[in-house]
This record gives sequence, C-alpha cells and structure tokens, in this order.
Amino acid sequence: MKYFVALTLVAFSVLSHAKTLQVGKNFPYKTIKEALAASENSDTLIINPGLYREGNIVIEKAVSIIGVNLPIIDGEHKYEVISVKSSNVLVKGLKVINSGIATLEDPCGIKVYQSENVTIRENVLIDNFFAIYLMSSINCTVEQNYVSASATEEQAIGNGIHCWKSKDLKIINNFIKGHRDGIYFEFVTHSVIWRNISKRNLRYGLHFMFSNDDSYIGNVFEENGAGVAVMYTKHVKMFNNVFRENWGDAAYGLLLKEISDSQIQNNKFTNNTTGILIEGSSRIQMSQSELKSNGWGIKISASCEDINLTQNNFLSNTFDIATNGSLVLNNFDGNYWDKYEGYDLNRDNVGDVPYHPLSLFSVIVERMPSAMLLFRSFMITLLDKSEKILPSLTPENFIDNKPFMKPLAI
Amino acid sequence: MLRILKYVIRDILNNKIVIAYALLLAVLSWSMFSLEDSSSKGVLSLLNIILLNVPLVSVIFSTIYIYNSGEFIELLLSQPIKRSKIWSSFYLGLCISLIVAFLIGAGIPILVYSPDSTGLMMIVVGVLITAIFVSLAFFSAVFTRDKAKGIGFAIMLWLFFALLFDGLVLFLLFQFADYPIEKAMVGITALSPIDLSRIMVLLHLDVSAMLGYTGAIFKEFFGTLTGMIVTFSLLGLWVLLPFWFSLWRFKKMDL
Amino acid sequence: MIEINSLSKSFGKLDVLKNVKLTLNPNQSVALIGPNGCGKTTLIKSILGMVLPDSGEIKFDGHKIRNQFQYRNEIGYMPQIGHYPENMTIGHIIEIMKEIRNSSKELDEDLLHAFKLKNMFDKKMRTLSGGTTQKVSATLAFLFDPKVLILDEPTAGLDPLASEILKEKIIAEKQKGKIIMITSHLLSELDDLINGLIYMQDGQILLDSPIEEVKVNTGQDTVSKAISHILKTMQHA
Repeated sequence: MKYFVALTLVAFSVLSHAKTLQVGKNFPYKTIKEALAASENSDTLIINPGLYREGNIVIEKAVSIIGVNLPIIDGEHKYEVISVKSSNVLVKGLKVINSGIATLEDPCGIKVYQSENVTIRENVLIDNFFAIYLMSSINCTVEQNYVSASATEEQAIGNGIHCWKSKDLKIINNFIKGHRDGIYFEFVTHSVIWRNISKRNLRYGLHFMFSNDDSYIGNVFEENGAGVAVMYTKHVKMFNNVFRENWGDAAYGLLLKEISDSQIQNNKFTNNTTGILIEGSSRIQMSQSELKSNGWGIKISASCEDINLTQNNFLSNTFDIATNGSLVLNNFDGNYWDKYEGYDLNRDNVGDVPYHPLSLFSVIVERMPSAMLLFRSFMITLLDKSEKILPSLTPENFIDNKPFMKPLAI
Repeated sequence: MLRILKYVIRDILNNKIVIAYALLLAVLSWSMFSLEDSSSKGVLSLLNIILLNVPLVSVIFSTIYIYNSGEFIELLLSQPIKRSKIWSSFYLGLCISLIVAFLIGAGIPILVYSPDSTGLMMIVVGVLITAIFVSLAFFSAVFTRDKAKGIGFAIMLWLFFALLFDGLVLFLLFQFADYPIEKAMVGITALSPIDLSRIMVLLHLDVSAMLGYTGAIFKEFFGTLTGMIVTFSLLGLWVLLPFWFSLWRFKKMDL
Repeated sequence: MIEINSLSKSFGKLDVLKNVKLTLNPNQSVALIGPNGCGKTTLIKSILGMVLPDSGEIKFDGHKIRNQFQYRNEIGYMPQIGHYPENMTIGHIIEIMKEIRNSSKELDEDLLHAFKLKNMFDKKMRTLSGGTTQKVSATLAFLFDPKVLILDEPTAGLDPLASEILKEKIIAEKQKGKIIMITSHLLSELDDLINGLIYMQDGQILLDSPIEEVKVNTGQDTVSKAISHILKTMQHA
C-alpha cells in the first residue's frame, strides 16, 4: 500500500523531485506550517518529537506527513487541528489532541475534504471533538489509529471516525473509545470496516445509515451506550463481528432498521439487553451466529418479512425471541435453542417436536411493558410453563420445525 | 422475657425441621452459585428460590409451632408473666431461629459468591421476609383456635403473596392497559412484601435494564435515599403490623 | 384476700359465669363443686387471668388483677390435665419455672422428694404417664410456697399412694393458713382437706358456707355425705 501511494505521488509530480523536510525545534523547519509552505507535491515532512501549537494546519498539497515518536499536535481546544484538502496525502504517526469544540462547525482532529487516496495511519487522537472525519472522499484508508475521548454527554462530543458521502473507504484495525458514535457512516458506499474495536462510546459503537453495499467484518463493539445501529440500507454484509456488553435501558447489540437484502453471519451477541432488534426489514439471512446471555436474544417486529434465521445458537438468554404482533412472515427453522425440551428418537440431531421460541411472558411484555414488573415472579414461571404445555396466547406459526438437539459448532 | 426467649430458641434449634431448612437453603444456594456462570445470575436464580421458600417455611413452621406451643403458653399464663412478654418472646424466638437458619443456609454462600451491595441486599431482604412471614403466622394463629384452620389460613396468606397477588397485578395491568398506570403500579406492588423485595433486589442487578420504563420509575424512586427509607419502612410495617394485631388479640384472648 | 364482685362471662351465647360474687380469706380451704359445665374451671381461670371476664372485677390483696401479672407470684395452680411441651424433660420444666418465678423464698421441695421426681429429671414430658404428669403439676403448684393454692381435680389419675402424699401436703398447707381452692369429683377425699364449701350451678354460686354449718344444716357427720345431700337437694330444686 505504502509503495502504491508513493508511486502515485511520483506519477503526479513528474517535474519536481520529491524531497524530505525535517520539522522540529532543532531542525530546518521550526513549524509544520513553515514546512508545508516550503513543500511541493510528493514531498515528505518528517515531524520530530515535540509539541506543536499552530492553530489550524491545512494541507493543500499531496504530501506525506510522518511523525517520529508521536509528536504532539495540539489544537488547544480552539482549532480544527489538521485539515486535508488535497488528494494523495498521508498522515502518519502523529498525536493529535484537543481540537476545538463547536456544534455547528464540527472541528476535527483530522478532517479530509473532498479528496481521494488519503491515508491516515498509526495516529493517536486524544480528546478531539470529531477525531477523524472523511467528507465526500473516495478511496481513503483509515488504519491502525488509536482514538480516544472522555466525554460524558452526547452533546459535548462528536464521533470517532466519521464518514459522510464517500465511497471505497477502508476503515481497518482502529481502536475507538469515548466518542459519541465510534464509527459513523452516512451515504458511504462500497466500503469496508474491518477489525476495529469500538467500545464505551456514548451512543453507538457503529452508526450506519443510507450506506449501501458495505461490509463490516471482524469488529468488536462493546459496552457502547446503545450498541450498533444499521439503518436504511441495502446489501450490507456483517460477518464475524462481536457485539458485547451493550447493556442499558434502551441498549442492544445490533439494531437493524429498514435493512434489506443483507447477510449476518458468524457474529456473536453476548450480554446485551437485546441481542438484535429488527424493525421493518426484509430479506435478511442470518446464520452461524451465537446469541448468548442476552436479556432478549432477538426482538423482531411484525413489520419484518423474509427474515431467515437458521443455524444459530440461542444460549441462556432470558427471552430468546420477542415480537409485537402475531403475523409471522419469517423463518426460524433449524436453530439450536437451549430451552428446547424435545426429544430426538431417530438420532439425526434434529428434535422431533417443533419448538415455540416465544414465551408467554415475552408476548405479554411486548403488549404491556409494565408487566416486566412481574419479571422473575413465581406466577410468571407458572404461566410460562403452562403455556409451554398448552400454547394458547403465543402465535402458533412462530415456530422452529427443525430445532437442533445440540449447539452448532460456530 | 429473656428466659422464655432462651427456652423458645433452644426448643426450636433442637427441632430438626429448622436444621433441615438451613440445609435445604445451603444446598440450593451453593448449587445455584456453582451452576450459574456469573454471581449475578446466581443471585437472580437464588432470588426466586428465596422468595418462594423462605416465606413458605417461615409462615407454616411458625404457625405450627405456635399451635403446638399452645399448652406451654397456657402454662406460662398461669405464671407471673405479662401476656405481651410471652407472645413477644415466642415471636422473637421464632424470628431469631429462622433468621439464623437463613443466614447459615443462604447468607454464607451469598457472602462468599457475591460480597457486594447486591448480596447484602439479598441477605437483608431474606431476613426481612422471614420476619414478615413469622409475623403473618402470628396473625393467622390468633384468628382461630383450630390448628388445621390456622395452618390453612397461613398457607392461603403465602399463596396470596407468592402467587395470587401477582395475578391480580397482571389483571390490573390488562384492565388499565390504556392508561398511564406505571406510577400506580409502583404503589400497588408495595402492598406485597414479596414483590417489593423482588424488585428491590432486581434493581440492584444488571437485569434491571430489562424492566424498561416502569423499571426506570422504580429506579428513580427506590434509587434515592428517600426511596430506600420508604421501602424499608414499608417492609418494617409488614413486620410490625400483623404482629401488633396478633398481640392485641392475644392480650384479649381467653385461654 | 381474693375478692370477686359481680363477675360475668359468656362464651358466645353461653353464659358461663353469671354475676358471681365470692370472697376468700386466709385460713379458708374450700371445695368448689358443681355439675360438669357449671363454670368452675372458668372461675378458676378468671382468677388466674387466663380468661378475661366480660364484666365485674377480681381483687387480689385489694388490687384489681386486670392486666396485672405480679399477683400470680402468690398463686400455685395445678391444672386438671397438665399440658407441657413434649420435648422438655421434667428437669427442664422445673428449671424454667424456677427461672420465671425467680423467687427469693425458700423452695418447697417436699413433693419433689416425696414423688421421687429427681430420679426422672431426664425423662421427656412426652414419655410420661398421666399420673406422673400430675405429680409434676402438683410439685410445681407447691414449689414456690404460694399464699394461694388452686387445685383443679388434684388427685385424678394419681395412684393411691401418691394421692395420699398429696392430701397430706394439702392438709399441711391448710394448717399454715393458706387459701386453698379445690375442685374435685371424689367427695370422699375432701373430708380433712376443707373447711368451706362452694356449690356452683349454671354459672352461679348457690351455696357458700363453712363446712361445719353445712354439716349441721344437712344433719350429716362427714363432708362427703353432707355434700351428696346438698347435691341431691340442689339438683332437684
């Protein structure tokens, strides 16, 4: 990748030779701005260790800015720290701190404006309003950055990695914590979010809207205020992610709202108030996933259709499934439910009696949330048991016809 | 007073039922905690068991004990002792014995596996529930001199608070589903010591997030110092009122 | 000493005591007799504070006994059938009673020795025969040397030997000038024990007079004959 960028830089600067400019107290250039002014396309700025307080640094040439031992670029809580307004820029190895705070302008640690082929790599971003912001950009890479903030109120902080109206982005291996949303995607297409860790963000670990044809793979989202929200999108692939410990009044591992034609595979949902909340979605394939120790495994609204849940493990959730209606246009065949009490006479590892994953109490609670007051009371236990024997209130066709006898290897 | 108390406690502790009760609680508690993978889940499972068994054993054992002690109470009445002292001694004796059994059976494993505010809350709740249902046993024992009727009444009281009351709550919820009754529900659940205790402990566990809006109202109320004081006063009233009533009846009873 | 004034008590519709008036003073040893259900036991229990009368009052040493308990220090009561906690031993019972009374007086252990109860201190009450239970009751009644003895069917169930011991003890206490109240159906036993007679019927006291007077009035020479004479006349009246 590095070579590719270098090659492109060479290609764009046919006339001039790329040179290296040293920045630092004891170097030819005392400030980054000075060096930038003296630089040309495809030059490299080496930022030596030190504290740089230069207000807003604007990069308008295709340069590489490379920090040595994490020089500190301080926005003093007043400025946007680094603004990239050129394509083919590399920002690497900087410690960017204390961007300004404003709700209208969204000042950032590093912001990319309408550019292509920008790479932001191995930076540390501490206490910025927005940490990294890609606006209307194409084919950019955000990789191996450590992003951290310590806000306590949603209004007082922006997102960790914020991407808007872009395409072909690669968000890889970043660590984000303490922002409003860890990663934010809006109108971003054909992009990949891979192996990031997003935790303890105030709102969502990943906030994802109107962003078709994206994949997010191998990420960990944990202890975020509300979990992960994926909304108004088609053709999303969600593979191998972990959604963990998103616990709170209105928290869930994953919210799917108005999603269609998407795939959810090999994900793990553990210890969330609600593992997955699905609303108004259609044509979703969910398989090979594990839902474990959640309050609700999956809450699926009656407005969903063609949700195909198969080969998933449901383990020690308080409620495996909840739904707010009686119309069932979804398929639940072929999962493992630890609450299943049926038998398997022909030993083919498929239970001989269908399983009704909806408990009576979950139906009651959907209809009347206040009934949660009776949670764990003796009467509810009795009601659930009797409903299991003689189903009367739960929707009849909410059923797994081929429940597995043993957990699936996932 | 102390002399009778001493006798009552010695007599109950000699009784194998209390020892069996402590053992039962111990077996249930230790196995709950070792079966569940987290202490918080252990507490949750144990909560159900405690809220079911502790009231049942407390109310039935106490009622039977009071009836069986009728003769001794009569003997004591012919002696120079105040009636209220006799009755209180029996109450305290039963309470102390059953609470000790609870602390040994359930208290120790709770402290071992969950030595935090949740565990402490569980223990406090268990102790209060014991005192409340012993109190209710005294209440049912003064109603009738017929032992079978008295025990039947005690079981009815248990059944009511453990089961029927929740049914009533559910019925009310359905009836008034269209009204904003969350706050009223907070008041209504306070009428059942078992529900009150259950919710108190639930609020200390992370499952409280599942209680939703009503849970939030509860949390808002019970989370505050005033809320805690009100709750414990309510549970305190549940201890005192039935016993007071029984004492008042006992003082006027012909034996 | 004991003063009962217009005492009434009813259990539901049944009037058990109707306006009972009675005074007992030291040196009085009376037999309280009457047919079954005449109110004897209720009267006794009223004196002991176990039954609370509907109206009227009882004074002990000049003080009303309602809501009082200290006066019971001066009463030894032997119930008709003693009920004791089954799991306790004789030793325990006696020990507890001693603790409850916490009496500074010297204990009267005559009966304890005479009945040889000390040998049976480890026996549980559950295992005792009716007679032995009565012995325990009797021992307890006399143990604290009370000024008043209330004995409900004291000799019922006792073997002749024990019965004789108890009678002698009663006579001895009578001679000390104590107030003694005995109910008994065995009239022949009462001869030397009493110097007064109270006859109750339907919740009322129909006769209350010294035994000598009774003997003269009835023309009989023994107590038992005098009483049976009265019983006959009363019940026909």
